[in-house]
Amino acid sequence: MSIDADEVAQIAHLARLAVNAEVSQAHAQNLSEILAFVERLGAVDTTGVEPLAHPLEMTQRLRPDEVCEDNQRERFQAIAPLTEDGHYLVPRVIE
Amino acid sequence: MQWEAVIGLELHAQLATRTKIFSGASTAYGAEANTQACAIDLGMPGMLPVLNERAVRFAVRLGLALGAEVAGRSVFARKNYFYPDLPKGYQISQYEIPVVGTGHLDIELEDGSRKRIGVTRAHLEEDAGKSLHEGFTGMSGIDLNRAGTPLLEIVSEPELRSAKEAVAYMKKMHSLVRYLGICDGNMQEGSFRCDANVSVRPVGQLEFGTRAELKNLNSFRFVERAINFEIERQIELIEDGGTVVQETRLFDPDRGETRSMRGKEEAHDYRYFPDPDLLPLEITPGFIEEVRAELPELPDAKRARFAGDYGLPDYDAGVLTSSRELADYFEAVASSCGDAKLAANWVMGEFSGALNKAGLDIADSPVDAEALAGLLRRIVDETISGKIAKEVFEAMWQGEGDADTVIADRGLEQVTDSSAIEAMVDEAIAANPQQLEQYRAGKTKLMGFFVGQVMKASGGKANPQQVNEILKQRLDG
Repeated sequence: MSIDADEVAQIAHLARLAVNAEVSQAHAQNLSEILAFVERLGAVDTTGVEPLAHPLEMTQRLRPDEVCEDNQRERFQAIAPLTEDGHYLVPRVIE
Repeated sequence: MQWEAVIGLELHAQLATRTKIFSGASTAYGAEANTQACAIDLGMPGMLPVLNERAVRFAVRLGLALGAEVAGRSVFARKNYFYPDLPKGYQISQYEIPVVGTGHLDIELEDGSRKRIGVTRAHLEEDAGKSLHEGFTGMSGIDLNRAGTPLLEIVSEPELRSAKEAVAYMKKMHSLVRYLGICDGNMQEGSFRCDANVSVRPVGQLEFGTRAELKNLNSFRFVERAINFEIERQIELIEDGGTVVQETRLFDPDRGETRSMRGKEEAHDYRYFPDPDLLPLEITPGFIEEVRAELPELPDAKRARFAGDYGLPDYDAGVLTSSRELADYFEAVASSCGDAKLAANWVMGEFSGALNKAGLDIADSPVDAEALAGLLRRIVDETISGKIAKEVFEAMWQGEGDADTVIADRGLEQVTDSSAIEAMVDEAIAANPQQLEQYRAGKTKLMGFFVGQVMKASGGKANPQQVNEILKQRLDG
């Protein structure tokens, strides 16, 4: 499997990363090589092996449904760039 | 050409937990902005999610109620997209292995027949915050109180064939989650939301057409209108030689139409992957059995019991079990007054009518079950007639006291003294010689006229049965 510069641009956009056209060709080359390397794992017979969701052989601990977090809005908003009436402000987003 | 609609629904039920799915912040509705958004909900660096036990329990409840397989092991995944009300840049959801697998829900169609709708899956996920675009000059305000609220997304198979079927399915699921006590079902507050996937195809064709996903359907009425609009739109488009494009469309309730959300399509590349912050969720058979033991009686079982035990028509049993609150209210009235059919008629008739008119929930009704039972007992023991009972009910609703108080205060007790009724009957006959003559000449329909005269003279209080009997004796004699 290999990817081209357009796909690099697309992935970079989805991740909101600034990748300019000059380097995207090089990234495409490098990423393709990584993919080719990982693809070698496909040679292993994994019949009957469950997909691994997490490297730790443990299961999720559950938490009782009890409120244990106080209101710390002032502390959080003290480090926010912009707030108003208790809201965090961001550049206007309209659907 | 004959067209057929293919509809699948994605329902989001906000789970009625006290805290968020991955943090100990409160989920109480209506708090001041961002006072219930903790470091985990804000996506602060280094924070780790810890799963809420009750959210898992609620998901299992639904799974069991849908006859679905509950996964012994399920996995949380990150769904990646950027939006200001999603501070982490991803939503924690479930993708490849959801907690609830294939199940089903039986719905009732308009002609009274049943249809089984497949449920593909239900998975746990966190809700996003809210963006406010009004009231902040040139900026959007973000409230993250809702961020991290547990949701159960319930996905149906594309087996619904009309807007009506879709609404029937949605209503049934809405009733079910409230029976189960896992969601308050409040649609105004967004506790129960719906997206609809709609496509059309020529009748007889097996392959599906291209579907559009409809959003912003926050009432049963909107769901029906939006789907009907969309079906018509797609059929017209195809018949005019066009093609349906796969896209998300927003329902505009003011115009009653769906509109394309162009440019949002790239956002569908969510790049799911297992969340390394969360270990696989294990649900043991012991836990499942524990949850099974706490399940309440479900709507279909209750309906069958109401029809069987109380001898109610199936339709009545269906109406009375449409919500757990109504079913509980009915049962309380029926057992206290001792006449289930009378109780059913009153609960579905006067009582539900008064609630609707006042826009109240059962919990806020000025007439509780015991009070209504007190009124119905007076019908059963013939202290008042059914007609007078309506007047008493009205007074009770206005806060004039219990049934006996109203009956005493207004002097509404039924007249059963036969000599008093006889006197009224004689008076009515004497006052209407012409009608008497006609009656005796064979116009027996005039019986109703005389009954009316006597009832009027008694202020509606004469026992109707006695009036009928005595009148018949006198007129025919």
